[in-house]
Amino acid sequence: MAGFWVGTAPLVAAGRRGRWPPQQLMLSAALRTLKHVLYYSRQCLMVSRNLGSVGYDPNEKTFDKILVANRGEIACRVIRTCKKMGIKTVAIHSDVDASSVHVKMADEAVCVGPAPTSKSYLNMDAIMEAIKKTRAQAVHPGYGFLSENKEFARCLAAEDVVFIGPDTHAIQAMGDKIESKLLAKKAEVNTIPGFDGVVKDAEEAVRIAREIDGVLLSLPRLECNGTISAHCNLCLPGSSDSPASASLVAGITGYPVMIKASAGGGGKGMRIAWDDEETRDGFRLSSQEAASSFGDDRLLIEKFIDNPRHIEIQVLGDKHGNALWLNERECSIQRRNQKVVEEAPSIFLDAETRRAMGEQAVALARAVKYSSAGTVEFLVDSKKNFYFLEMNTRLQVEHPVTECITGLDLVQEMIRVAKGYPLRHKQADIRINGWAVECRVYAEDPYKSFGLPSIGRLSQYQEPLHLPGVRVDSGIQPGSDISIYYDPMISKLITYGSDRTEALKRMADALDNYVIRGVTHNIALLREVIINSRFVKGDISTKFLSDVYPDGFKGHMLTKSEKNQLLAIASSLFVAFQLRAQHFQENSRMPVIKPDIANWELSVKLHDKVHTVVASNNGSVFSVEVDGSKLNVTSTWNLASPLLSVSVDGTQRTVQCLSREAGGNMSIQFLGTVATSSLSVEICLFWTFQVAEGQEICVIEAMKMQNSMTAGKTGTVKSVHCQAGDTVGEGDLLVELE
Amino acid sequence: MAAALRVAAVGARLSVLASGLRAAVRSLCSQATSVNERIENKRRTALLGGGQRRIDAQHKRGKLTARERISLLLDPGSFVESDMFVEHRCADFGMAADKNKFPGDSVVTGRGRINGRLVYVFSQIRASAMSPRLVSDSWTQAIHLPWPPKVLGLQDFTVFGGSLSGAHAQKICKIMDQAITVGAPVIGLNDSGGARIQEGVESLAGYADIFLRNVTASGVIPQISLIMGPCAGGAVYSPALTDFTFMVKDTSYLFITGPDVVKSVTNEDVTQEELGGAKTHTTMSGVAHRAFENDVDALCNLRDFFNYLPLSSQDPAPVRECHDPSDRLVPELDTIVPLESTKAYNMVDIIHSVVDEREFFEIMPNYAKNIIVGFARMNGRTVGIVGNQPKVASGCLDINSSVKGARFVRFCDAFNIPLITFVDVPGFLPGTAQEYGGIIRHGAKLLYAFAEATVPKVTVITRKAYGGAYDVMSSKHLCGDTNYAWPTAEIAVMGAKGAVEIIFKGHENVEAAQAEYIEKFANPFPAAVRGFVDDIIQPSSTRARICCDLDVLASKKVQRPWRKHANIPL
Repeated sequence: MAGFWVGTAPLVAAGRRGRWPPQQLMLSAALRTLKHVLYYSRQCLMVSRNLGSVGYDPNEKTFDKILVANRGEIACRVIRTCKKMGIKTVAIHSDVDASSVHVKMADEAVCVGPAPTSKSYLNMDAIMEAIKKTRAQAVHPGYGFLSENKEFARCLAAEDVVFIGPDTHAIQAMGDKIESKLLAKKAEVNTIPGFDGVVKDAEEAVRIAREIDGVLLSLPRLECNGTISAHCNLCLPGSSDSPASASLVAGITGYPVMIKASAGGGGKGMRIAWDDEETRDGFRLSSQEAASSFGDDRLLIEKFIDNPRHIEIQVLGDKHGNALWLNERECSIQRRNQKVVEEAPSIFLDAETRRAMGEQAVALARAVKYSSAGTVEFLVDSKKNFYFLEMNTRLQVEHPVTECITGLDLVQEMIRVAKGYPLRHKQADIRINGWAVECRVYAEDPYKSFGLPSIGRLSQYQEPLHLPGVRVDSGIQPGSDISIYYDPMISKLITYGSDRTEALKRMADALDNYVIRGVTHNIALLREVIINSRFVKGDISTKFLSDVYPDGFKGHMLTKSEKNQLLAIASSLFVAFQLRAQHFQENSRMPVIKPDIANWELSVKLHDKVHTVVASNNGSVFSVEVDGSKLNVTSTWNLASPLLSVSVDGTQRTVQCLSREAGGNMSIQFLGTVATSSLSVEICLFWTFQVAEGQEICVIEAMKMQNSMTAGKTGTVKSVHCQAGDTVGEGDLLVELE
Repeated sequence: MAAALRVAAVGARLSVLASGLRAAVRSLCSQATSVNERIENKRRTALLGGGQRRIDAQHKRGKLTARERISLLLDPGSFVESDMFVEHRCADFGMAADKNKFPGDSVVTGRGRINGRLVYVFSQIRASAMSPRLVSDSWTQAIHLPWPPKVLGLQDFTVFGGSLSGAHAQKICKIMDQAITVGAPVIGLNDSGGARIQEGVESLAGYADIFLRNVTASGVIPQISLIMGPCAGGAVYSPALTDFTFMVKDTSYLFITGPDVVKSVTNEDVTQEELGGAKTHTTMSGVAHRAFENDVDALCNLRDFFNYLPLSSQDPAPVRECHDPSDRLVPELDTIVPLESTKAYNMVDIIHSVVDEREFFEIMPNYAKNIIVGFARMNGRTVGIVGNQPKVASGCLDINSSVKGARFVRFCDAFNIPLITFVDVPGFLPGTAQEYGGIIRHGAKLLYAFAEATVPKVTVITRKAYGGAYDVMSSKHLCGDTNYAWPTAEIAVMGAKGAVEIIFKGHENVEAAQAEYIEKFANPFPAAVRGFVDDIIQPSSTRARICCDLDVLASKKVQRPWRKHANIPL
């Protein structure tokens, strides 16, 4: 299969993603072997387009077989590179994942237990058994699960199986927040001012919190990054009732401070304290939480950086002491400490800061003899001061943006390095080519605290791979279940372009063209974020979402012209459906006489407001008058396609008609947000009198002669102002037409 | 619509003209004027109905008038009215007085088109749409009948409107006769209080005349009833004889006798809604096939529904323009059947994925939910879909589901609509309730219907096809044209557990025996090797295969031996 894979990739990429010719369908025997090709093809497309820039040297022998100890998109991602490198793959899966994409993609698959992760993907015994059974030479852990588990790495080492990741020593050193901070300091990396040790009790916590600035001043290397000036600002005198005085106090005492668990992660055991009282409470609560969550109640205290950005540096090291920094990723858009939108490079960094951060990251990697792909996370304040946060000793979720701008295949490099090969690149080779943005598409309801997980079956699913500059990393297919057992991420949608504007434009298009049905998804939120003016300007921080949507996310707010566009599209779509309903194959005994309707008078209810719309069509062009303004809507009107590409007065829009009822209710996804409108043909009540042109309206008797008055044009009788037998004079209004 | 309007406009002109002339030429042509005037007056009375105030009142109740309903149901300008001048012929109780007569009586009849296709329509007029003078007359006020009622129960009717007179019935019969002759469907918009008591037996005769036409037309042209107001007594049997009965929620009722009679006879306290509302008939009794939110929703859905039907039994199933590729693969079907054979899934998901544009007009969606029936299109052609629903009672067949399925299958067969059957059935539902209820007799109806059907029959076994139910569900043995099994199919006499308990009674190693049985029978091979399924297909290819088969089967012809009519076990 691997050979077939490599061989067909360009062919498939050249556009054979379509349906199979009908005659092939009829061969059910053939279908069995071909059935996977359909989704391979989409993966192929991506591989060839994005990762193809990095050559694979077939003479460079790495492994024969790799076991991928993960599931979902990252397992698929790793398997893809393995296939490219001619390596056989083994997937592990829980019983509910038996027919998932990563299992189908891999050459072999082993079930490692029931659905709960603790019994399957975290079940080291079963995984070790699978490794033995399949004789895999190496294990790629992906991210999450066992990727930063030193115990697992140790077990593998004992069995002589290569762990594709850093050494146990590095995992351990970086996994502990106190140890990693000490190491970072030793490697002369900027760290957040704070107390570098375990805090014994609440009172000590308060003492330390007050003194943090003092600690700060004793830190080395302050001179080179301007930290002093930043904090000098805090010490500027201000009037006592202004907000500045609060920062003055904070400046003196060191508040606000962050109390966090040494063994923590994911926001657990973390607390912000603004004064002594909060410090005492925070200490107590955090140590309880840390004890229950991690079995380790050691806490540390550091200065809390308000309104920071989250920027991280990708590093890559080998076993020969080489290490590179592969530029940064901006990951500030987060909710509940989870990243939502990431990009590379960061709009905020200048070349100098980037190099300073990169060099410090590499220094840290060297200090722990780091030999794989890893990420050094920094908090960056508004003055471009950066502070080491932590180092992730694994492949990050958001690694694709780095791959897009550097052209490297990080998984391939990880595998090479794990085998012991030296890095092929020099720091000077690493450039920034264009701009890449990643959106994490989740099965969650963005209208509830920016994302409440939802579950369900993907009844329809179509990735926007037909667009240029789009990469989708996913591990699902139409019909997949988003279950309660695992992360509700549907996919990572990555777009790239020559600059940020192009990448963002492509992202908006890609989100509009992404078909996800059957589960609630967060596309509405993602699309709002990337077109938000603050985001576009690059004015972002980790508080972005709560700052921009203080009352929670409410969906896209339509402007007047957007609303008119939506009404015009909905009306055109409604009429297109009505017209299509009259198209019968003409072989019936009785002829079909299509009604001749020149103007469709519709009333459209949108967001509880009723709009009057008049639509008429000429072929595929609809001219629609919405509340008095005229719009032209053009499309192919393929009513079976989940995506409808329309042009409204030249503006290209992709909408999705999610549901349509015979009664006139229609749900349309427009600009990411779903609008429900209810349409109805205006009920022409039978007592409206229509007259045709030339028709006699009334007869006036004058000079003993009868004169008939006829209608000048076709219209409806609005009102009659005279009665039979009335005497009428010149200029009198008799009958009103409209 | 336009025709009617034009008529109205002409009427208006005539009025002006006639009045203008009156003074000048009255003596010369009094005869002609008088006729014209009378024509105009009659038309105006017929068209304007109860006037704006009454129409507003009707709208406030969320209801449309009889003519508005017709104008919404039919294509604009296509309605051609007949018998606008018919009046009732009753002379008793002062009914002969001019003020108690009005043109057209209490029903609007005629023909028109829905999406360009011919249909005959009648729409009954309730009081609100009638002439105000008629409604305000004292004799139309509440009439209390002694028990037992002399005419089919009319206990709670308070107004004259919509009640069926001899003339009313004659008008309906006339359009039905013509519909049968030309071969076009009849749609009734029912809103009738029942028999017109003043007319006595003539009214009853009128009902019987309509019943006879309903039966004559049955299987010749599709007949649809939309219940848009209270229908009591004799008025309920015509809808019952038609092919489909739809209702409007909250405003329509169907019952033989109203709550008052029920109270006096059985001493039950029951509201109109509980006794014969849309919910009752679509979930409990199975009398109505579907209910809609309001008049507009119902009429729009009726237009939508009409597009699925052929005009008559002489016509093939209609083929509408289709944008959905017939050879579309449906990858999501490959994983839809759960791995555990006891786990439920939603058969409607499969139907949506397979048919054109996910459009499925389900019939009786809330009654006997263990079977799914409804109309859809494959490559534009109307098909009837029958499917077991594993989500409800494991998809077993019971009395209600058998009857529901059988009637639907017979409709499709009568009107040349191909049948596609999705099978996941664990068998017939056991138990005393079912046996006492006559599951044997009722189950036989579905069996009979499938065996009798000569339209193209395509069957897909998605999972279980156990026991007698396997035979019933359009199996190869009942002349299924194409029978497919998915790889997940299990075709056997019963599930492994039950089978092993019988075959290996007293056997020690039950589990091994069970495993052996599963290995042998819980797969599609036993049926496939015998040719009982034509092929084992990949689920994702189901749509393409069915569309291809239907193209071939379109010319299917079956000759049955002559008989007067068959004798289905009713």
